[in-house]
Amino acid sequence: MRYIPNTPDERSAMLRDIGVTSLEDLLDAIPHELRYNKSLNIADGKSEWEVRREMIAMANRNISAMDMPCFMGAGCYDHFIPAAVDTLASRSEFVTAYTPYQPEVAQGTLQVIYEFQSMICELFGMPAANASLYDGGTALSEAISMALAYTKRRRVLWSESVNPAYRRVAQTINLSQGIRFDTAPCKDGCQAAEEMAMLLGDDVAAVVLQYPNFFGIVDDLRLIIDRAHEVGALVIIVTDPIAMGILHSPGQLGADIVVGEGQSLGNYMSYGGPYLGLFACSMELIRLMPGRMVGVTKDVDGRRGFVLTLQTREQHIRRDKATSNICTNQGLVATRATFYLSLIGPKGLEGIGIACGRRTEYLKQKLKEVPGFTVPHKGPHFREFLVQVPGTAEEFFEFMTTKGLLPGVPLTRLGMSDERGMLVALTETRSREEMDAYVRFARDYAVEGKR
Amino acid sequence: MHIPTDCLYTKDHEWVKLENGVALVGITEFAQGELGDVVFVQLPAIGTRTKQGESFGTIEAVKAVAELYAPISGEVAEVNQELGNTPEVINREPYGAGWIVKIRPVNFDGEKSELLTPEAYKDLTSA
Repeated sequence: MRYIPNTPDERSAMLRDIGVTSLEDLLDAIPHELRYNKSLNIADGKSEWEVRREMIAMANRNISAMDMPCFMGAGCYDHFIPAAVDTLASRSEFVTAYTPYQPEVAQGTLQVIYEFQSMICELFGMPAANASLYDGGTALSEAISMALAYTKRRRVLWSESVNPAYRRVAQTINLSQGIRFDTAPCKDGCQAAEEMAMLLGDDVAAVVLQYPNFFGIVDDLRLIIDRAHEVGALVIIVTDPIAMGILHSPGQLGADIVVGEGQSLGNYMSYGGPYLGLFACSMELIRLMPGRMVGVTKDVDGRRGFVLTLQTREQHIRRDKATSNICTNQGLVATRATFYLSLIGPKGLEGIGIACGRRTEYLKQKLKEVPGFTVPHKGPHFREFLVQVPGTAEEFFEFMTTKGLLPGVPLTRLGMSDERGMLVALTETRSREEMDAYVRFARDYAVEGKR
Repeated sequence: MHIPTDCLYTKDHEWVKLENGVALVGITEFAQGELGDVVFVQLPAIGTRTKQGESFGTIEAVKAVAELYAPISGEVAEVNQELGNTPEVINREPYGAGWIVKIRPVNFDGEKSELLTPEAYKDLTSA
């Protein structure tokens, strides 16, 4: 990006040209009471070195997954990232903010996106995927908009086992649309079909389920999916691409729209972003697909080429009739995911899935034996489970960080009321030693009579 | 510009023709020319109620999308299934094989006055 300075002399010249003497005169039309009449809380300019030092000091106050074994998840996970992902994705050809609208100069970018879409289709068991959205929460929100547009209904029914952060995003984005959101309660961390069926009706646009769900449980959703389809609702499944190595895909289960967070695929946790929204749907819905899509075609000489396709869905053409106002994608993050998947391969993904499952089962069983610790849900768990600790989850969290572990995510941090509840996540990077240390420290915590 | 005299028109460039009590609806030659190559038509379900002047579907060309507005109120009795595979027939034969829906009217005589005669439509498109 070019840095264009704006000197006092240049500013005076511009003001003179406009015909005013000061910036204050220029802003004269804005009434005083409407202005921010305080000075901005921003320090004076600093040298590059000073800024760097300050940023490093600030960053060092944070405990990252590099500093301590990380058992935290709830939507963002500490998976292994092969070094080749960094090397390939940092090539300058990929690090571009350029929108590939001109296919003749963007074949590389377009092909990467096309490969990305193909992989997402394969993982989710769906016929069409877009070029990605901002993150998992946005993807869910867009899926809901799509279902509302398609069914012309105004009610959404979602399970309590859908990530509460995603639900909040979807509610915020659809705030002014007059949509009614109903939450179906869970039993033992699973979505019971009867509870959901009682809330179903022919005014429901979408039924939203998560698989594996927010509590890490692989739920049997077939009955609910059938019930939803009987009343003409669309089924949206929030899923996790890492789980697709070992589970049936949502497409096989009968989902109409499948969304998810792709951070796990070769992307760092990065303090919460940028992440990667995954979005796939049935052919029936493709013309309501939000965001970008790349297709493959032939040029005049019959050679294969990649182009942005079905552009007429987009808001620059459809304006107020468009389903979505998103017109971009997470190009670089999606590129990393594409490289990651191509390096790992189907066998590798399956191996990672199995490793996550085994570790989760191991720690779950070990923690059950610790006095005062309970695991309320039966499972089966994929990569995460809920544990209830003595005292509060926040106290336990504090204790464990003093021991050098990031033990999990207290549910209260996600606005849930269970003060004892802590979500514990296990990726393939958690070692036997780390898990055993976790159990040992949990015993210490229990013995020290924390409550 | 071909404007059949046995049809009535809307200012949104739909044509409507009553045949044995059922209204045949499509878009005009002028409209298909303005749109360019038609690639997709989103058709309503049979039984859908239409209201005069309100959208009952969309028509998508390579570079634009337009709403389809119902020339009359009624109920969709039939849709042109051929448009699923060959939407371009609208460009070729907008008044024939490129028809879009058949509507069973509820108040054709009452709503007729809202429609344009072939002469009035000719004035509209040659303006």
